[in-house]
Amino acid sequence: MDFSPSREWREINARYRLESSMCERCGRIYYPPRDLCPVCRRKSIGAMKTITLPRRGEIVTYSVIHAAPLKGFEGRTPYIVAIVDLGGVRIQTLLTDCEPDEIEIGDEVEAVFRRIREDGERGVIHYGTIFRPVRMPKTSVHAH
Amino acid sequence: MRKVAIIGVGMTKFGELWDKSLRQLLVESGLEALEDASEKRTLRGKDIEAAYIGNMSAGLFNEQEHLAAMLADYTGMTEGNRPATKVEAACASGGVALYNAYLAVASGRYNIVAVCGLEKMTDLLSGSVTDALVSAADREYEAFYGVTFPSLYAMMARRHMHDYGTTLEQLALVAVKNHRNGYYNPKAQFRRLITVEDVYRSPVIADPLRLLHCSPVSDGAATIILADAKTAKKYTDRLVYILACAQASDTLGLYNRKDLTTMESVVSASKVAYETARLKPKDIDFVEAHDCFTIAEIMAYEDLGFCEKGRGGKMIEEGLTEIDGEIPFNPSGGLKAKGHPVGATGVAQAVEVVLQLREEAEQRQVKGAKIGMSHNIGGTGSTAVVTIYGRDV
Ligand SMILES: [Zn+2]
Repeated sequence: MDFSPSREWREINARYRLESSMCERCGRIYYPPRDLCPVCRRKSIGAMKTITLPRRGEIVTYSVIHAAPLKGFEGRTPYIVAIVDLGGVRIQTLLTDCEPDEIEIGDEVEAVFRRIREDGERGVIHYGTIFRPVRMPKTSVHAH
Repeated sequence: MRKVAIIGVGMTKFGELWDKSLRQLLVESGLEALEDASEKRTLRGKDIEAAYIGNMSAGLFNEQEHLAAMLADYTGMTEGNRPATKVEAACASGGVALYNAYLAVASGRYNIVAVCGLEKMTDLLSGSVTDALVSAADREYEAFYGVTFPSLYAMMARRHMHDYGTTLEQLALVAVKNHRNGYYNPKAQFRRLITVEDVYRSPVIADPLRLLHCSPVSDGAATIILADAKTAKKYTDRLVYILACAQASDTLGLYNRKDLTTMESVVSASKVAYETARLKPKDIDFVEAHDCFTIAEIMAYEDLGFCEKGRGGKMIEEGLTEIDGEIPFNPSGGLKAKGHPVGATGVAQAVEVVLQLREEAEQRQVKGAKIGMSHNIGGTGSTAVVTIYGRDV
């Protein structure tokens, strides 16, 4: 199926900058952004403030997709999908710059801006924010 | 609200049915249900006052929308121009169709209503099936990042293993059990016994889930006929009553849940169902559960109240959910072995419960079953329908 670029364009703020909505009545934060707080409902109209999520967080869970990928991800298996917690807000994302056996639930990750996939030769190139492990600085290695 | 009975059930074989079209499957299951209901007098197509059809996405799988019109046309409901309605709730489409039909009869609006569940998935090539199915998740904020349905359940499985020590062997045992039950179901897609080693040797789809943790891509249809108790008795003496039918919702995206190992929709729907039927988990004799992936059945043990959260793995390991166990789960073979034509599943579960309660399930019969339950999930648990059925005694 072919889609208009507007489908991609209208999501850019959320995907590129992790923009989300904070309900000024109850303080809850929603990602992706919402126009209505489902808890405060009508009272939240006009009180949804745009904020950006922290760019560091931790892995809540993940899976390594080896087979039956989505269209646009065929050449990338195995690839790692993960839910990460960014200061109490959870988002679905991809992990990059790591091997499946290098990660665990609870590991710290940081945001990076990357190309996600392309809609064929003529279509839109999709970009977004994905995550990579925050590596501890290596302790100095003594030469033998 | 009036008492509602199921007076007839029909179901096609589930599987890769290359030679059958969407409309043929629909008619085949419908005719079987009509025949089944015609024990004392013939139930004619024109006796059916309204119909509901559960279908996830003929639009994506077959490029056909407006299935309700197809149903009315091909089953003869256009005689009298009776209303037909398509219901969509991803893999819970069948269950939600059943829920709406149940309300239509219980409320007194109609006396006889048909509920059909239908999906024909194998017309679409396998690469595209993954994409069609993921439309049951959050397209722009889950699927955008390459998430597939096996990977969503794999993420629940990994978290369940992390939080409660659930093991890969316990997950595999769910598939082994359901294949053992499906072996005795003539309409099941897979009638083949498997071992834990077979599960371990099957290819990894979305780690930690392998191919044999996943239900298959299937074609199939199922139909049941509902009637109020008074009307029902005119057609058959083999009555099964719907004691409770409840539907509940949770977030569209898995990532938005506080607890990834609990389906709040299932907890909520089952609570309402137990209260309505004035029953407790210990009163249920068997369950047809939505084991789209092995982890889903383990979570169902917990969320339906058959054990504490986190004890699901132990339940399968201790054999409690085997067909001769304390609470048999999926005597039909479940989605894993019977097959999972997504929109048909919720109705097919009702078909199995009815056969079990009438003691017509032959070699897979749960002995002395009087109260049955079905558990139908849409997406990652964004929709759930829990239904309790009882034999007329
Ligand atoms: Zn609020």
